[in-house]
Amino acid sequence: MVASTVAPPVATRPQRPRSRSWLRLIVLLAIVAVVLYPLIWMIGTSFKSQQEIVNNIGLLPETFTPGNYTNGWTNFDVGFGRFFFNSAMVSLLTVVGNGVSCLLAAYAFARLKFRLRGMWFAVMIGTLLLPGHVLIVPQYILFRSLGLVGGDWPYLPLLIPQFLATEAFFVFLMVQFMRSIPRELDEAARIDGANAFGIFRHVILPLSRPALVTTAIFSFIWTWNDFFRQLVFLSSLSDYTVPVALTLFIDSTSQSAVGPMFAMSVLSLLPVFVFFVAFQRMLVEGINTSGLKG
Amino acid sequence: MALTTAPDPTRRGTGSVRPDATRRGTGRIRHGEGLAGYVFLSPWLIGLMAITAMPMLLSLYLSFTNYDILTPWSEVEWVGLANYERMFTSDPSWWHSVRVTLSFALIAVPLKLAAALGVALLLNRAWRGVGLFRGLFYLPSLLGGSVALAIVWVNMFNREGAFNSFLALFGIEGKPWVNDPDWALETLMVLAIWQFGAPMVIFLAGLKQVPTELYEAASVDGAGAFRKFVNVTLPMLSPVIFFNLVLETINGFQGFTAAFVLSNGTGGPVDSTLMYTLNLYITGFTDLEMGYASAMAWVFLIAIALITVVFFSTGRFWVHYSDGEDR
Repeated sequence: MVASTVAPPVATRPQRPRSRSWLRLIVLLAIVAVVLYPLIWMIGTSFKSQQEIVNNIGLLPETFTPGNYTNGWTNFDVGFGRFFFNSAMVSLLTVVGNGVSCLLAAYAFARLKFRLRGMWFAVMIGTLLLPGHVLIVPQYILFRSLGLVGGDWPYLPLLIPQFLATEAFFVFLMVQFMRSIPRELDEAARIDGANAFGIFRHVILPLSRPALVTTAIFSFIWTWNDFFRQLVFLSSLSDYTVPVALTLFIDSTSQSAVGPMFAMSVLSLLPVFVFFVAFQRMLVEGINTSGLKG
Repeated sequence: MALTTAPDPTRRGTGSVRPDATRRGTGRIRHGEGLAGYVFLSPWLIGLMAITAMPMLLSLYLSFTNYDILTPWSEVEWVGLANYERMFTSDPSWWHSVRVTLSFALIAVPLKLAAALGVALLLNRAWRGVGLFRGLFYLPSLLGGSVALAIVWVNMFNREGAFNSFLALFGIEGKPWVNDPDWALETLMVLAIWQFGAPMVIFLAGLKQVPTELYEAASVDGAGAFRKFVNVTLPMLSPVIFFNLVLETINGFQGFTAAFVLSNGTGGPVDSTLMYTLNLYITGFTDLEMGYASAMAWVFLIAIALITVVFFSTGRFWVHYSDGEDR
């Protein structure tokens, strides 16, 4: 047992706080430079002419060339507008699916009593660590035998799992959140005659908004950036999402494609940037609630 | 000297992931609530059965067959352990992808965690601007998994890339890193380390939990900064280190996108970036050997499970839970 002695605050220790904090700041700024350099270089390169991309490796373009964006936008037969639309649609529907299905499952785990609850909860935690790559082959075979791969609406294999709460991370995040909602509120609602559905509707749902927002943002960003599943399930050009379309640039080995490729890469990261600027605090807090108390 | 810590009654145990009330059995189930529970759980249950459990069983069955997507089900041939035999005895590219994945994880994960912890320690003082730095460092973790960033990364380490021009400042002769079998995987490791933000944020939260009295007590005992780090910070942070280690290792094993982009889906140059998941993808969806790919997936699953078990069983010896809940 450590007795808290009447030691004065740390600042009175004999040290050189002034120079220390200067050194710390310089080190941190150096790390910031390393972290931001690739991103700034990416944006700079996207405005360079083809000649400059080969010769000028500096951060900023000498001649400002916005033409890369118009070239890239119309580069493939379908046009990048279509790819962005596809990506946005898949991401937004995923947000809806995850929000609804994970919230229902989390409510059952956090608040309701039923047989085998502990076992199902353990199974859910088990699926947290299950790599998606392990299931991709049989899922592909199953969706294909149902005629859903490359069907009339090729996004079903990407969306169905999301509407069935298979993202255990979000279920877990919401369970953790709901446990912090005082149970007295449930009891009060029950005394007023609410059943499990009423409590969900009038108590848990309104109070779970922060967890829902965190889920929505992460869900959007992860789906927007996701490549593996979209690569496997999307086969025709007009159905492609942005990440799959970007790989078409890699196939064309010509130097002339580098500028447009960078331009479209910048555009594809824009939504993530916007989310980051708007919700930075929430994202950082959100990653913290993911299993660590406090 | 060993610093003992007082159990803190205000904090509940870290990592006790159990729904409340399972501690004392399920207790009395209120009339109608059992049904309601399953109603609310039904989407998740259907998902578990149809999207997770059934595919797992199907994949187990397929791993004993020579299934490729083109043969009709009636003609699928049971080949017993042939797929597994081939993997372990006559498939050098499988062994190679295991080696690539292991070396990636063994080098990139510790360095990433070290970077995350180091930066978290730098930021772990209440002063203006911490929030800004914390946010900036987290940004790469948000962008890192994307194709766009992988494209930028590959170009940065090209012959004409920014990295070589940086080296040129010091008069060092660069090389086309991404086309060099000895260096291609290393560029991907650097990309992974660059995304140290997510574990850093978790470390920061853990550092906030360390009671300041411990540091004060250590100061009274005459411990310097290094002794405090070794005797106070590290033991108090060990649950968080453990959490990050398990998470990042499992993530590291699953690296796919950057390797795919760097090698245009081949695992090149000379198979140097043939990560396990990339090899699985090529086997299943390029060569259409889905039976063999299923066997590869099961071996991968068992390997991840084993590694997790090893982590949890060895964790007992070095992870220190301050609330006496040593498991």
